[in-house]
Amino acid sequence: MKHEQKHNPPMKYGMAIDLDKCTGCGACMVACMSENNVPFKKDESNKLDSITWIRVYKLTNGKSFPDTEICYLPRPCQHCEGHGGHSPCVSVCPATATDYSQETGIVSQIYTRCFGCRYCMAACPYHARYFNWWDPVWPDGMEKSLSPNVSPRMRGVVEKCSFCFHRYQQAKNKAYLDGERRVPEEAYQTACTQACPAGAIVFGDLNNPTHKVHQIVKPDPHNGNKSKNPRAFRLLERLGTNTKVYYLSSREWVRRAGDNYLEHEKTGQVSKPHH
Amino acid sequence: MDSALIPKGVKRCPMWQFLLGLGIVGAVLAWGVYAMLLCWFKGLNQTNMNDYYGFALWIWADLAVIAVGGGAFFSGLLKYIIGKDELKNIINYAVLIGFICYSSALLILAIDVGQPLRSWFIFWHANVHSMLTEVAFCLSCYFSVLTIEYIPLILENRQIDKVPFFHNLGHNMHETMAVFAATGAFLSFFHQGSLGGVAGVLFGRPFSFREGLLIWPWTFFLFTWSAAAYGPCFTLLITWITEKVTRKKLVKDNVVELLAKISGWMIFTYTIAKICDTTRWANITAPGLGQTLADFYTGTAFYGYWILFAEVVLGGLVPAIILISAPLRKNPVWRVTAIILAVLGVSLNRWVMVLQVMAAPVMTFDQWILYYPSWQEVATTILPVAYGIILIMISYRYLPIFPQEAELNPIDDEPEVEAVADAPADLEPAKA
Ligand code: SF4
Ligand code: SF4
Repeated sequence: MKHEQKHNPPMKYGMAIDLDKCTGCGACMVACMSENNVPFKKDESNKLDSITWIRVYKLTNGKSFPDTEICYLPRPCQHCEGHGGHSPCVSVCPATATDYSQETGIVSQIYTRCFGCRYCMAACPYHARYFNWWDPVWPDGMEKSLSPNVSPRMRGVVEKCSFCFHRYQQAKNKAYLDGERRVPEEAYQTACTQACPAGAIVFGDLNNPTHKVHQIVKPDPHNGNKSKNPRAFRLLERLGTNTKVYYLSSREWVRRAGDNYLEHEKTGQVSKPHH
Repeated sequence: MDSALIPKGVKRCPMWQFLLGLGIVGAVLAWGVYAMLLCWFKGLNQTNMNDYYGFALWIWADLAVIAVGGGAFFSGLLKYIIGKDELKNIINYAVLIGFICYSSALLILAIDVGQPLRSWFIFWHANVHSMLTEVAFCLSCYFSVLTIEYIPLILENRQIDKVPFFHNLGHNMHETMAVFAATGAFLSFFHQGSLGGVAGVLFGRPFSFREGLLIWPWTFFLFTWSAAAYGPCFTLLITWITEKVTRKKLVKDNVVELLAKISGWMIFTYTIAKICDTTRWANITAPGLGQTLADFYTGTAFYGYWILFAEVVLGGLVPAIILISAPLRKNPVWRVTAIILAVLGVSLNRWVMVLQVMAAPVMTFDQWILYYPSWQEVATTILPVAYGIILIMISYRYLPIFPQEAELNPIDDEPEVEAVADAPADLEPAKA
């Protein structure tokens, strides 16, 4: 077992989303909602308090026709690692209702422990966290098709994308029963990855060189998580959130939209975080 | 009717006037309680907060009342630890105001959280890395200290004091008050600081993020400092308002001026520290995170540079200079102007650290998000004000809050006769 651990660094589940492939169809949003029992509200007209664990943003290059370009950017929770699990949201929750798993690199949320102070939401620069302002509502008949693997959330607590963690637990149980200690890549895939018709979302263990996601972003072990793929970037990287969702684009303006840069700075020029 | 309960040697308004006042403020209180119940039973969908604006009016109100309630701990520190004995004539009121502010803060928090019945998880599942955990622990402990400081005042009520046990208890509590003042100052240092830390540690929000000393961002020290500086101004402001309402002088000028002078110097040094902090943040911290000062102050018409000017100059330097300068400080008009500016200044600082932080976009494709509170939020924010006024009215009427009142407002030496003379006019019809 010790020997195994030596050769198996802890897993670091992450995602690569190719923005040049994403068509903005929203299949990932729908898949995520139904997979994770994401609730509805009676009145969905105000989107500022709707829950969408993965949200597709529409970005434009700001130029007028005919030079206008559009890019769709799906944003699940970025599962920030921060420094040693000191992600923006985890470190502020007073009741330890959210946690960074050193085993998987997944940021979890314990709904029954959350008491709704919303400090994690204030801390998350990606707006990846959602508060249950309303009691969950299910369209007639839909309650019968809710997933039994994911607990529905009550009013007054915060929720967010979990990288479909219940799927990891199932895959891990099966792997252990089969006598394996690592979850095979295909055994644990997120719902949004599977639903994406363009194949824009790739999910797996960033630390495992056999996983596709690793090969796409090729994290450099000698330089933290910094991507070596010239198309890859992370959202707000210079804040030091150390996210595990990588975006890919060959378009400069899209990469530039990923972070704040001063006028004279070039994209990818990430200064040392100050904390 | 209640003349037996009123402290000796002072005069109070007739009962009907008192009850009328209570009734009016009580109606406002009832409106707030109704809104509070709506929030508890229907949920926070009664507010206009949303997923982009999860911290809003309440958190500002919470931070603001705690800042201005800082007068209690700082006056206590000055009187009991540093030995400014003149302040004994205002310390009772400072404690009462602190008690109101802190109980209000706890009430606001109980309305603000999504699952109030689970609030105890903050103690049970405490995350020691969270600034909010430190706030919760220190706030609860400090509220207990303020309660202990307020109890001897209640025991000094004329009738309660007649009971030997309560008399002795009150006396003994007075004797040990220095210990509680010291404990209060220690607790306040941490929870005021942690409230600053709540904003300062948000490294995902460059507008509020600050570098720092050890585990604390600069805002930790700035918040403690500002509460000590501005809190006494609030004590003075409420004292001035009470004097206007009662049409009596309640505290001698030398006491007011001493507190004003100390407050002035504290505000002055705080403002210098705040300017240094802002300069470093604007030139080093924010650019290091890819943003400039203009990003935070030019996005909307509302959140402009005027805020920075109002906070630092109008709410900082101006009141500091007025309160430091002896001739200006001695002039009641200038002094009160400075005190009002100071209270507005510290409230604006807390506003910025809560609402502007939430409004400013961080992702390049985000927009500024503006927010206006729902009536339920406004009502529940006014609720503590009404509660505070009621507590002050009752305390002022029945407890010896102002030791100098009798001396400053001598009355005919026949209070009993007067009470009897008053009674038929006010009370007999009611009895009949
Ligand atoms: S994206 Fe937001 S919610 Fe997700 S780990 Fe990062 S800070 Fe936390
Ligand atoms: S990983 Fe799972 S939970 Fe997260 S956005 Fe995708 S489908 Fe939703």
